[in-house]
Amino acid sequence: MLYDLGYFALLISFVLALYAAGAAVFGAQSGRAQFVESARNAALLVFPLLALAVLIVIYGLVTLDFTLAYVADVSSRSMSTFLRLTALWGGQAGSVLFWGWMMSGFAAAVLIRKWQRDRELMPYVIFVTMGTLAFFVGLSAFITNPFARVWHDPATGELITAVFQPTGMMAYVPLDGQGLNPLLRHFGMIGHPPTTYIGFTGFVIPYAFAIAALITGKAGEDEWIRTTRRWTLVAWLFLTIGLVLGGRWAYDVLGWGGYWGWDPVENAMLMPWLTGTAFLHSVMIQEKRGMLKMWNVVLIILTYSLSLFGTFITRTGVISSVHAFSKSAMGPAFLVFVAVTFLGSLLLMFKRLNTLKAEHELDSLLSRESAFVLQNLLFLGITFAVFWGTTFPMISELVTGTKITVGPPFFKKVTGPLFAALVLLMGIAPLFAWRKQAAAKLGKSLLVPFCGSIVITFAAAIPHWQPHPYPLALLGLWLVSFVALTTLMEFWRGARARMHSQGENFLAALSHLLSRNRRRYGGYIIHLGVVMMALGVVGDEFFKAETQGTIGVGQSLAVENYTLTFENVRQYSGSDGREIVEATANLYRDGEFITTLQPRRDYFIAQQQPVTVPAVYSTPGADVYVLLVGWEAIGWNASTFKIYVNPLINWVWAGGLTFIIGTLIAAWTSLDEKRTASYVLRPATASQIAYVGKP
Amino acid sequence: MPRRLLLFLLTLAASFFAAAGVYAQEGYPTDDDVNQVAKQLYCPVCPNTPLDVCETKACQDWRAQIKDQLSAGWTDEQVIQYFVAQYGERVLAEPRRSGFTSFVWLLPVLAVAIGLVIVVQVLRGWKARRVAPVIRADSAPPADIPPEVLKRLEEELRRVS
Amino acid sequence: MSVVTETDAASAGVRVRPSLWGDVGRWAAALLVLGLLALLGWGLVQAANGPRDSGMAPDFILTGFDGQMVTLSQLRGQVVIINFWASWCPPCREEAAYLEQTWRKYQNRGVVFIGVDWVDTEKEALAYIAEFDITYLNGPDLGTRIAQAYRIQGVPETFYVDKTGRLRGVHIGPLKPPELDNKIEELLNEPL
Repeated sequence: MLYDLGYFALLISFVLALYAAGAAVFGAQSGRAQFVESARNAALLVFPLLALAVLIVIYGLVTLDFTLAYVADVSSRSMSTFLRLTALWGGQAGSVLFWGWMMSGFAAAVLIRKWQRDRELMPYVIFVTMGTLAFFVGLSAFITNPFARVWHDPATGELITAVFQPTGMMAYVPLDGQGLNPLLRHFGMIGHPPTTYIGFTGFVIPYAFAIAALITGKAGEDEWIRTTRRWTLVAWLFLTIGLVLGGRWAYDVLGWGGYWGWDPVENAMLMPWLTGTAFLHSVMIQEKRGMLKMWNVVLIILTYSLSLFGTFITRTGVISSVHAFSKSAMGPAFLVFVAVTFLGSLLLMFKRLNTLKAEHELDSLLSRESAFVLQNLLFLGITFAVFWGTTFPMISELVTGTKITVGPPFFKKVTGPLFAALVLLMGIAPLFAWRKQAAAKLGKSLLVPFCGSIVITFAAAIPHWQPHPYPLALLGLWLVSFVALTTLMEFWRGARARMHSQGENFLAALSHLLSRNRRRYGGYIIHLGVVMMALGVVGDEFFKAETQGTIGVGQSLAVENYTLTFENVRQYSGSDGREIVEATANLYRDGEFITTLQPRRDYFIAQQQPVTVPAVYSTPGADVYVLLVGWEAIGWNASTFKIYVNPLINWVWAGGLTFIIGTLIAAWTSLDEKRTASYVLRPATASQIAYVGKP
Repeated sequence: MPRRLLLFLLTLAASFFAAAGVYAQEGYPTDDDVNQVAKQLYCPVCPNTPLDVCETKACQDWRAQIKDQLSAGWTDEQVIQYFVAQYGERVLAEPRRSGFTSFVWLLPVLAVAIGLVIVVQVLRGWKARRVAPVIRADSAPPADIPPEVLKRLEEELRRVS
Repeated sequence: MSVVTETDAASAGVRVRPSLWGDVGRWAAALLVLGLLALLGWGLVQAANGPRDSGMAPDFILTGFDGQMVTLSQLRGQVVIINFWASWCPPCREEAAYLEQTWRKYQNRGVVFIGVDWVDTEKEALAYIAEFDITYLNGPDLGTRIAQAYRIQGVPETFYVDKTGRLRGVHIGPLKPPELDNKIEELLNEPL
């Protein structure tokens, strides 16, 4: 009964979304405002309906109602209530529903907040968002339905999944569910998937505005870009959080001391983030100088397209990945939708591009404008390299028939230099003036950080560790210290200026800097976060050490200046259907005892899957990451351990946190409507007029 | 007598070499040596998992095989070639730089290079179009500010930026 | 392409278009997008394709662990059972005894069994063969070429080839008696 209600909520949402898309376009084209109003109401109604469907699924998950095929798939008696909640997005059907719900939420928010402001664009915004939503809700309703049940054919013993009872079959309720994949049974499950999905779905709003601006011919004006920028920031912020949480989770759980595997699904998340970052920067040029308007439209469309592409390859499994969902029938429908979106956007851009030829003027090649353009090139270059590496295995198989793997060595070697160049640019570009930067002045400003960084590099390169390759490691250290100094210098100069002009002390000056210029100094905090992450990456990439060995009780394994002494190992049963083998070992550094570590291997009996749980000793200087690789089943005398020493890795997480805090500070300004814009808006001509047709 | 001495010396020599052989095998190959090779390979079965971290039974068998091959005197390169011959090119973590696969390396470099050229051309074009410094409406200073104040303003601005 | 155009234009003194998309750019973009969509479509088809179960059985030469070689196309006139397995695969063990038993039953009646060892180590494979006392030909699938030709999705998978060399079906997962016997009888009873 309840589930039929959920199913009908899905169906009605689908119909409403389709209606809203159609009515909005019809109303705009024919000039009948009441259709557009009706479309808006239909669109607003989709959100609570989908919320109802989601709540019903959650109810089924938490109460362990195994009549639902989805619940039987991802939930089980051995899972805590917390995990059962997160199982909402643990499988294909639930996560598609969640995706649709998030998208409808964004659409509803825009339609409420922006209804009075961008009236000309609104019908087409509804068209795009509701059209997209209709597709995803359609997927939920017709292809991968969370309300499907399992039916049992008494004649053949076959089990099939369907929403309504097929003739001759009976309801089948398993005694217990499969439960989430053991790797997903982790605290990270509450954070990473939802924030990632919010990030992905959020990009549909700026995309819809871009398409609406193109259709109505308003892409050359500034109004829509201001709206777009803010919504992009929100989506981008969530995607950033999703990326950082994903990395942290992988580090905790996957057992190889790594946080980024360059897996196709991970790359799929990274690409829209890269172009989104390029957009957020490049839109500053448009605000300040009115340049690159068309390029910004392209960037936004590219970001959304990459987001769509990413979810396509994740859910259809065209590219093999450790993250892949189980196969479903949505492939062909999804491909058609992707084709329509890509080709439609492309055609629109071709049609409208020539209406956007702005008069671009550049005073000097050495200016902030050129720095921004160069930055765009670097971001796009990295995006292309990642995209190419991700799709190349498919191309290679198509052309030559042999399967190849494009793994981390490729991505690191190709994107590494580009990222390094980007970080360097990030450090010096804020010192570039708009229009024209005097080279001599630039040199003078950079002198102190440059010398300081050389000193720091050589001081840091002295310790006993042998990084490899040595020259690259030195270069990395220099880069990080140089950019850190230049970024900190921005704060110093700003504070000093305030101290001179306002007579404040240093701390007061700093805090006023942040509160008066949130966008700028929030941005610099983000850059600081990037530098911190770069430090962590350099440390982990070039200075990492590892060792593996089998040792008996009382014996030790050594790596760098750490020693691990094996004490004992034991086996016991966990509360949720797992068998645990846990070793106890003592960690020493330079002979001094630090702590006791207990790495373990959990074996989930039902799924026949082992999960390695590392024992980690964390300090800002390094992580000592210990894994239990093997043990003697009889005698428990010797065990095999693997020890990773990951220098500076915690700077990645600290940097990530700083990054997010910086974004929140910078975003605070954008959300403040009352703030005066840095450019003049066109006087509102369309706000009182009813919807006009296409110009 | 001399024959017995010779035999004794020979036995001594033989046992010395035997001991040397044992000594050579005792350290090598360590798990680290095996991982060094396994790091460059991917598990042929599991998707996108390097061979040194993969935990399945099959991967353990493969690492054991690498250990055997290394102790038989194979070089790292020989072990890797064996894996490629047995399991196909997808077992290599880093794509080859020959044949069709070379395109995976070539294109990003080409793309960035072409991008750079385009960017420079575009920037130059923008610069070329810069008209002579005409005072335009939005850059003209407001007429009602006295010139001394204006001058001080500009000075201050220059100092701060 | 677009590089040449813009450079020529710039050097000729013609005003370079501010927009990054020239006509060539548009064509390039359209072709790239279409190409990508075609690639994704092909990828979908590949992913959806199950193992090969009809048409002529792809030919191959397999060198057994004992050095013996067999070429599939030279086995016309006999029913051929091709079984993909691996020593690290638990379900393969479930059917190993049944396979050997069925082989012994039919080996003189014009049926050939070929075991293809998929991504395995020689040591473990030989131990597996010894454990189940397998007497039909087994060899490693070098470069996984045979597995790719037959598009296997995993192990164990068993392919049925009739006397004319055509594929007559595939069984995914371990075989249970009397499934294999029935299939062999069916194929044996067919005229050549």
